[in-house]
Amino acid sequence: MEKSLETIFLDYEGKRENIIPILQKVQEEYTYLPEHMLAEIAEYTHVPPSDIYGVATFYAQFRFTPTGENIISVCRGTACHVRGAPRIFEELIDQLNLKGEGTTEDQKYTVETVACVGCCALAPVLTINEEVHGDLTKQKVKKLIEGKGDQNGE
Amino acid sequence: MENNNRTILICRGTGCESTKSPEIQAALQESLAGTDVEVKFTGCHGMCQQGPIVIVEPEDTFYAKVKTKDVAKIVEQHIHNDQVVEGLVYQDPTTKQRISTYHEIPFYSRQKRLVLRNCGKINPEEIEDSLAAGSYEGLKQALGMTPELIVSEVKASGLRGRGGGGFSTGMKWGFCQDATGDPKYVLCNADEGDPGAFMDRSVLEGDPHAVLEGMIIAAYAIGARQGFIYCRAEYPLAIKRLQIAIEQAREKGFLGEKILGSDFSFDIEIFHGAGAFVCGEETALITSIEGNRGMPRSRPPYPANAGLYGKPTLLNNVKTYANIPLIITKGSKWFAGIGTEKSKGTAVFALTGKIANSGLIEVPMGVTLREVIYDIGGGVLDGKKFKAVQTGGPSGGCLPESFLDTPVDYDSLIAAGSMMGSGGMVVMDEDTCMVDVARYFLDFTEMESCGKCVPCRLGTKQMLSILEDIVEGRGREGDIERLEEIARGVKLGSLCGLGQTAPNPVLTTLRYFRDEYEAHINGNACPAKQCKAFISFHILDSCVGCGLCRKNCPVEAIFGEQKELHTIDQDICIQCGVCYEVCPPKVFSVEIRTGEAKLIEEPA
Repeated sequence: MEKSLETIFLDYEGKRENIIPILQKVQEEYTYLPEHMLAEIAEYTHVPPSDIYGVATFYAQFRFTPTGENIISVCRGTACHVRGAPRIFEELIDQLNLKGEGTTEDQKYTVETVACVGCCALAPVLTINEEVHGDLTKQKVKKLIEGKGDQNGE
Repeated sequence: MENNNRTILICRGTGCESTKSPEIQAALQESLAGTDVEVKFTGCHGMCQQGPIVIVEPEDTFYAKVKTKDVAKIVEQHIHNDQVVEGLVYQDPTTKQRISTYHEIPFYSRQKRLVLRNCGKINPEEIEDSLAAGSYEGLKQALGMTPELIVSEVKASGLRGRGGGGFSTGMKWGFCQDATGDPKYVLCNADEGDPGAFMDRSVLEGDPHAVLEGMIIAAYAIGARQGFIYCRAEYPLAIKRLQIAIEQAREKGFLGEKILGSDFSFDIEIFHGAGAFVCGEETALITSIEGNRGMPRSRPPYPANAGLYGKPTLLNNVKTYANIPLIITKGSKWFAGIGTEKSKGTAVFALTGKIANSGLIEVPMGVTLREVIYDIGGGVLDGKKFKAVQTGGPSGGCLPESFLDTPVDYDSLIAAGSMMGSGGMVVMDEDTCMVDVARYFLDFTEMESCGKCVPCRLGTKQMLSILEDIVEGRGREGDIERLEEIARGVKLGSLCGLGQTAPNPVLTTLRYFRDEYEAHINGNACPAKQCKAFISFHILDSCVGCGLCRKNCPVEAIFGEQKELHTIDQDICIQCGVCYEVCPPKVFSVEIRTGEAKLIEEPA
């Protein structure tokens, strides 16, 4: 069960400098930032809702739609790029029947790209939830998805 | 069995954790339970590609790519019978030679590890381990010095900002010390946003106390009570280890009220960056901590006078702080003896891309790019031809082979058109398309531009769209000149470092690889055979008809009977390259051609 917004507020004073930590906590609990909560955060921190929305949309970390059960982040750092990250991304969305970044119809996976996960020596890299998978090839991506499918299908 | 005070070190940096090093640690601990062999984990050794890494001390044996099933063998043969397991020790990817001793591996033997002094040696989650390695000795010494003396020592050391700017750290500290205003703040920039760089992450994960100690000394020197570490949320392990380190430092009295019995009090909080590259810029970072969109503002006033909440603020990079304890304990003279005349100390690089030994390295300033890439890095991967080396991330540039003898220091790299940056070094080979690399970086900066300055917001967009046209086969006469003109405008008209340096990848590739741009625009060719619009796949007569390519082709463009020559229907082919990848290396019958494919027609 997710913590309610009121419970989250207990840990933070209603001040502007706590906006980003509060947004992070809300996303941690709910996987995204529900619109009505942004309004409540605005009220709590005494900052206009437009301003809260401005902050939330500025940072890449924040999402405005719920994610699937698993989040797959494909690294698009330089080392990954020169070692074939675009091909890895194509294979992944192909395997999951997606057209680009997004969530699968069955809500099992959300695919996104991230700037750099900092595992450049293992490029190309993707992370599934917080688990890092490196030295990828198209074949490995296929196995990874098939393997996950089996686990979830049990 | 006597065990000669053996210690087994298991690397648990993010890289090795991804290849299951925690399982290996558990297996070792289980099979050595009840013996006097100490099993402990450490931070990153820098050779992530060879992970998981297991080191046996005191012999200094380096086991690479260890699997859980290998644990029994290491315990039985090495620990119980004193024989190194030859089949598991490090193998040089180029020479195939096996080297068992850690410090004889060329990757390590040519390095000079100051910032990374404890990375891979200590358990970063145990302060006792750090203390045994000498952590906080610098702080103890500093508390016996006057703040003025500390600043003059840092000035005399010649240390320059390791975040990439290269400004004199001592001068920055001096400005903050002199600034009037209360309270003052000490900030650590751990928002390592450069794609292709992981130096700061490794330091934070491997030796967090070095950074804390540097910050505490800085706080004492400038008179600050509160510090923040701005660390990107994409680094969960670094944040966790920092948090543990801060708590342990408080317990030991290195942080908090009346540090080590003195009148000086200081504490540190971690701020989780939310994923904006521009927040690596100092004023943007400060604005972000205050709870705003992280947009830079004009300077002056500099943060030294008016920073966080308008108060005097000192902001340095992770590695800058990690150098400080050494400068205090060993003295500025010692530090100034390392490196070149104007760039003192060492440079830490994340050496990645098409290189045999990729990983984290540290060398004295002034060694050449060639030494880094060939002597330490082992040369280009798979014996391919070197094309370029990229330093400085999206703000830096790509240097060709003729610059390999350039010394690695702030000024030489800037003179060559690139920059030191915070430490990313990406090697590119003959298969890397330089126009695509420029497009890649512009795609990044266009997305990360905060939107405040028009030249940056629109200029990066225009440059990106021209570059996309070129790589997708829609390049036109005059594109190169247009790129140069916009690049000049963006450089001159942007407020912060992001915009001022965003055109660098385009300008350096135009300067050194103009022929590749021209080939795309006029020659209908991508010399690296990467851009889909310019390449076609063909099956040679040597095809044995194994059918692998036909079975794997996603669009069924390949025809042919089993054991007979196959062909690719060029009208159906989508240039995905699967046939090229799956063709057995012995047969190697798929060829990529460029310069002859049809142009994509321009929309009417």
